[in-house]
Amino acid sequence: MVNQEKGYVVFTEEMKKTHTILAPNMLPMHFKMIGKVMSRSGYHLEVLETSGPRIAETGLKYVHNDTCYPAILVIGQFIDALQSGKYDPDKVALILFQTGGGCRASNYIHLLRKALEKADLGHVPVISLSLAGLEKHPGFQLTLPLLMRMMYAVLYGDLLMTLVNQCKPYELEKGAAQALADRWTDRLAEEMTTGGKGNYRQVKANYRRILEAFGAIPMERRDTVKVGIVGEIFVKYSPLGNNNLEQFLVDEGAEAVIPGLLDFCLYCVYNNLLDNKLYGMQKGVQLAYKAAYRYLLDKEKDLIDAIRAHGRFEPPTLFTHTVELVQGTISMGVKMGEGWLLTAEMLELADKGVGNIVCTQPFGCLPNHICGKGMMKPIKEKNPAVNIVAIDYDAGATKVNQENRLKLMLANARQKAAAPRESIPV
Amino acid sequence: MSHEKGLTMGIDIGSTTAKIVVVDQGTVLYEKYQRHFSQVRQKTLELLEQAAPYVGERPFTAAISGSAGLGLAEGAGVPFVQEVFATGEVVRRLEPDASAVIELGGEDAKIIFFDGGIDERMNGSCAGGTGAFIDQMATLLNVTADELDELSLQSTRLYPIASRCGVFAKTDIQPLLNQGAKHADVAASIYQAVVNQTIAGLAQGKRIAGKVLFLGGPLFYCKGLGKRFQETLKLDDAHAVFPAYGRFAVAMGAALYAEESGGVYTISQLQDKILHTEAVRDAANLLPPLFASDEEYTRFRARHGKASVKEGDLSAYQGSAWLGIDCGSTTTKIVLLSGERELLYTYYSSNRGNPVEIVREQLEKLYALCGNRVVIRGSAVTGYGEELIKAAFGVDKGVVETIAHYTAAKHFCPEVDFILDIGGQDIKCFKIKNGAIDSIMLNEACSSGCGSFIETFARSMGCDVAEFAQKGLHAAAPVNLGSRCTVFMNSSVKQSQKDGATVEDISAGLSVSVVKNAIYKVIRAGSADELGDHVVVQGGTFYNDAVLRAFERELGKEAIRPAIAGLMGAYGAALYAMEAVPAPRSALITPGGLADFVHTAKAAVCQGCANHCRLTVNSFGGGKKYISGNQCQKGLGLANAGELPNLYAWKRETLTALAPGSELRGTIGLPLALGMYELLPLWHAFFSELGFKVEVSGLSSRRIYEKGQFSIPSDTACYPAKIMHGHMEVLLDKHVDAIFYPCLTYNMDEKASDNHYNCPVVAYYSELLHGNMDDLAQTHFLYPFLNINNRKELSKELAACLSPVFHDITKKEVRKAVDAAFAAYEAHMTAVRRQGEEAVAWARANGRRIMVLAGRPYHIDPEIGHGIDKLASSLGFVVVSEDSVCHLADPVPVHVLNQWTYHARLYRAARFACENPDVQLVQLVSFGCGVDAITTDEVRRILEESGKLYTQIKIDEITNLGAVKIRLRSLIGALEEKGV
Repeated sequence: MVNQEKGYVVFTEEMKKTHTILAPNMLPMHFKMIGKVMSRSGYHLEVLETSGPRIAETGLKYVHNDTCYPAILVIGQFIDALQSGKYDPDKVALILFQTGGGCRASNYIHLLRKALEKADLGHVPVISLSLAGLEKHPGFQLTLPLLMRMMYAVLYGDLLMTLVNQCKPYELEKGAAQALADRWTDRLAEEMTTGGKGNYRQVKANYRRILEAFGAIPMERRDTVKVGIVGEIFVKYSPLGNNNLEQFLVDEGAEAVIPGLLDFCLYCVYNNLLDNKLYGMQKGVQLAYKAAYRYLLDKEKDLIDAIRAHGRFEPPTLFTHTVELVQGTISMGVKMGEGWLLTAEMLELADKGVGNIVCTQPFGCLPNHICGKGMMKPIKEKNPAVNIVAIDYDAGATKVNQENRLKLMLANARQKAAAPRESIPV
Repeated sequence: MSHEKGLTMGIDIGSTTAKIVVVDQGTVLYEKYQRHFSQVRQKTLELLEQAAPYVGERPFTAAISGSAGLGLAEGAGVPFVQEVFATGEVVRRLEPDASAVIELGGEDAKIIFFDGGIDERMNGSCAGGTGAFIDQMATLLNVTADELDELSLQSTRLYPIASRCGVFAKTDIQPLLNQGAKHADVAASIYQAVVNQTIAGLAQGKRIAGKVLFLGGPLFYCKGLGKRFQETLKLDDAHAVFPAYGRFAVAMGAALYAEESGGVYTISQLQDKILHTEAVRDAANLLPPLFASDEEYTRFRARHGKASVKEGDLSAYQGSAWLGIDCGSTTTKIVLLSGERELLYTYYSSNRGNPVEIVREQLEKLYALCGNRVVIRGSAVTGYGEELIKAAFGVDKGVVETIAHYTAAKHFCPEVDFILDIGGQDIKCFKIKNGAIDSIMLNEACSSGCGSFIETFARSMGCDVAEFAQKGLHAAAPVNLGSRCTVFMNSSVKQSQKDGATVEDISAGLSVSVVKNAIYKVIRAGSADELGDHVVVQGGTFYNDAVLRAFERELGKEAIRPAIAGLMGAYGAALYAMEAVPAPRSALITPGGLADFVHTAKAAVCQGCANHCRLTVNSFGGGKKYISGNQCQKGLGLANAGELPNLYAWKRETLTALAPGSELRGTIGLPLALGMYELLPLWHAFFSELGFKVEVSGLSSRRIYEKGQFSIPSDTACYPAKIMHGHMEVLLDKHVDAIFYPCLTYNMDEKASDNHYNCPVVAYYSELLHGNMDDLAQTHFLYPFLNINNRKELSKELAACLSPVFHDITKKEVRKAVDAAFAAYEAHMTAVRRQGEEAVAWARANGRRIMVLAGRPYHIDPEIGHGIDKLASSLGFVVVSEDSVCHLADPVPVHVLNQWTYHARLYRAARFACENPDVQLVQLVSFGCGVDAITTDEVRRILEESGKLYTQIKIDEITNLGAVKIRLRSLIGALEEKGV
């Protein structure tokens, strides 16, 4: 089954018809829509929604235990699903995103294949979803229309995430915002699969409808503490990876501010432009990258404009502004993992007046030594009021420890909000 | 409810102790501090009961704080205040001029800075230098915490002890004890480790100065610890404050907080709330019981009862006997066998920090029991203390642990194909193929699921080990605790207690964790079949039926546990002595000699070379000596005569011999760390050619590390990175005009891999240095992003970087210097490869084994590699580096993305080892190296597919060479058995 020349099991055109493709779940709303977009192009894609301790346990069983936590979770989730009996192992393929960067995340796909081998599932094809074209699978082709629709799903996802987070702490009826977001996710997914032209004009029209719907949720004005979440992409977003960090913050009465996935897409494209600027590399494809960069910037601007026009919600920061903010703190040549974007997002949050930041990382994350923990001192020097806490996530780390540190941050934030500390009577 | 203003109560429940404070109108009415042995609710109720008479029926405000208080407060619905926040509150009121607070608790360490904006910090998830750690270390020294403190005050010297976490520290302390270091010095060194941990882990570049308050139980009780802090931070008595309320600071903070935001209760109302705390256990985190019924347990016992050994009666026995001693890391085991292999005498006990004394006592006792009837014909010793005991008592043979254990296991199961030994400190696993040890896996310094781990937990819950194990057998719903390091495990246990797990459930859960750690982390087995059909389990930990049961359950097959599971090393040693060439009488010390036996241990520093190893000189009277702590033979008073070729040494010499050059344009400082170990010849030639004097920071030492320790922001980064801070300090002291360490996303493209990245740490550490070392502003710190694979680009980029600082530099000069730089680098790499080839040829001509010590270029540093190359050399290996031989093999198809230049060399070096029977590969891995989680599995696969042994050595700040030596000797032992 293993293609000798390529060294991996190839996803053939035949398989496109017969196989269900399983995908990991990082951002529930985004990925649900992306999944549907794929099915429009003829793939049977299913985003895994399993959770629970068995996932990490399965991961630890099949992956080197010192590997980063996201790999343990993602691979654990896949193998757990394959062993659950729910799927026919001969009719299943797996898909993973691969950036090809210098961080060990580029190796997840190989670690997954090794793990499958170990679990006697070596025949299951694994598709590398990579813009760098690291692997070729005849049965899986990213066409331009498909890519564009995936992009729309990312845009919708970012919008819904932004709005939900801004409603949750204030909604009068608990759960109203999430319920609305879930309804919209289903509706948009449906629309992208079957109905509608799926063109960009329709996307923009949907923005307006979504904003109106969220604007209509009954809310009360309350003083809350705003907490930004940044970090390694998987533990930053995935509730499975960060022990439901977002929900914890909301339960504590805080508002979570989470920079969207589009930033990461822009970051990936931008790094290719930088490779040329810094090292004179990638010359041949500069035009394509430049076009992609401009395209994404336009899309981001449209989204932000729509939110501004509605007037009730706080829009995300323009990527170009984020780029300006990071100058002088860390070089943009730092491009492994989340790289300079991680530092930039902390600066972006501070710039927006979000005075509390949780920097999440898997225990032992290499790029975050530099861009996360390594940049806290300079960030605090520039923004003395900002409070950053680094939280490590790991198969063995416990919620108690993490929550205790978050509670310290929240206690300080609340006090700062209530009264400046200096004025406390001695 | 109305209450009297000013009557308020704070309850602080930390990880190990519970504290209560009652304050009335600013005066403390009552305070109490006690250990809670994890019975959080019960102890809290006791404290309330004791406080009741002081409060009477008056209503008061109350709040709860502390890591174990969080769950209680939530369950009881009592307001909670985070403990660091509470401390901050109290200090601001009582000591408004304090500039910093250091507070150590049972398992947490905290720093609060008041100067320049409040900054409150807690230790991350990987840090053990706290109260619980001190308790553990006291146990190891067999003293109480108070005695440890007294000892520390009499110290005369300090040993370096890893401060990152308790597990590491333990592996450093154990050999010190076994080698006879003075307890007073070890005690003070333990405290120093705590101090270093606090500073490195928490201060993160911020200087601790001004008036500093020291709070928390450990700092209140341990005067010696305070002293170490004071000396390290250079604080006089006016600036180091140890307040009388130190233990109660958090509880007082909670009381203050309660005044504003606490609940109002009478004592009986509060008691009632805490009594009716709700606890819900998450069903997903429960495991099935170990035994479904008593009957099942009885059958299990009966089955394992079969693997027993015949016992003889020493008081009646006449004739020959053989003695085996296993001097392990925490316990000493002794076995005396008759000619019929009957057990005549056995002994198993903790070392109590002094194995020599224990063996002396035991020999005395044995000689008395033997009288004139029994003649000891032979003796052998194995384990950590092998050499020490051999030298002290004239034991005939020393035998490597692996061989001793295999010898013993064969006796119980001749067809054994897998041995798993879980001892006090180590997990050892051997696969046996065709009657020889085929692969050896040992736990790394960080994985800690061993006997002493369970013991420590048992103690913290107020049981002894046997009782604790017994409880686990009958647990109704064992708790799932995961399988990682002790520090993580502590918090898992805390969480499960909060959820209402019983001691029984925790005991059973820990047994399962130990087993999972061994199977998935150490053995890395995917299925039971990988272990073979005949599995023998041994080591003291397997006396614990819960562990044995969990192992069989996890594996789905039955294992053999010999009745003498804990004595297998000693038993094997005795069998080994018996199998050796027969002698009429053992050379063991005579009863007369034993009566005159004396043992003194003295510390010394070796002056043999610049390494200055810290030695311990053991003298046993009559001029007999045993010296330990040395990295090479020089410390033993022997010349390193007839040194074997050692590429590590050659590279060190070559790199340090580079001349500084003439100072026409100024001086450039190059830190000799991380990637500079690879590219020094290149940058050195580049700057020399441009007319700079090149100052290299030189080889690392512990002192250099400590010099830069205070500015490290991420404590879990690898040691080779963290030591970089010290190198920058060295260069700053030299007042160079500029320091150069470029950012290289891409390394040299050697056309042998899919891509040629550097790892993120090597590539970008300069960014971190720039952000965290304020003093770099004193010089020009140049860290341009460079493309090292394109000379034209490189010249352009270097010119752009240098010309703003050194105005007269022209592009043409730079271009010329780049050419010179590449010529020098290529010449260097050619020389490295030639040296590699010559070393291999020499070894073959002289019949020596060859070891590829495969790591990264920076592992040749004596402080990072801890002299492992010299050790290998002293064991008879010709040592070559991965980059000196990888050109002798073709690139290897690997099952991972082969995208890092250094790592591609590892795979090729592994293939080189596969292709040459006389070559062995040992991989050096730095703790915290995320990339090596990928390479180690792959290198192991490449080697094992060709039937080669894979040996991995994990190194960190400190590595005790004792453990490394055992590994290398095991390797030699296995090779000899295989006849290679």
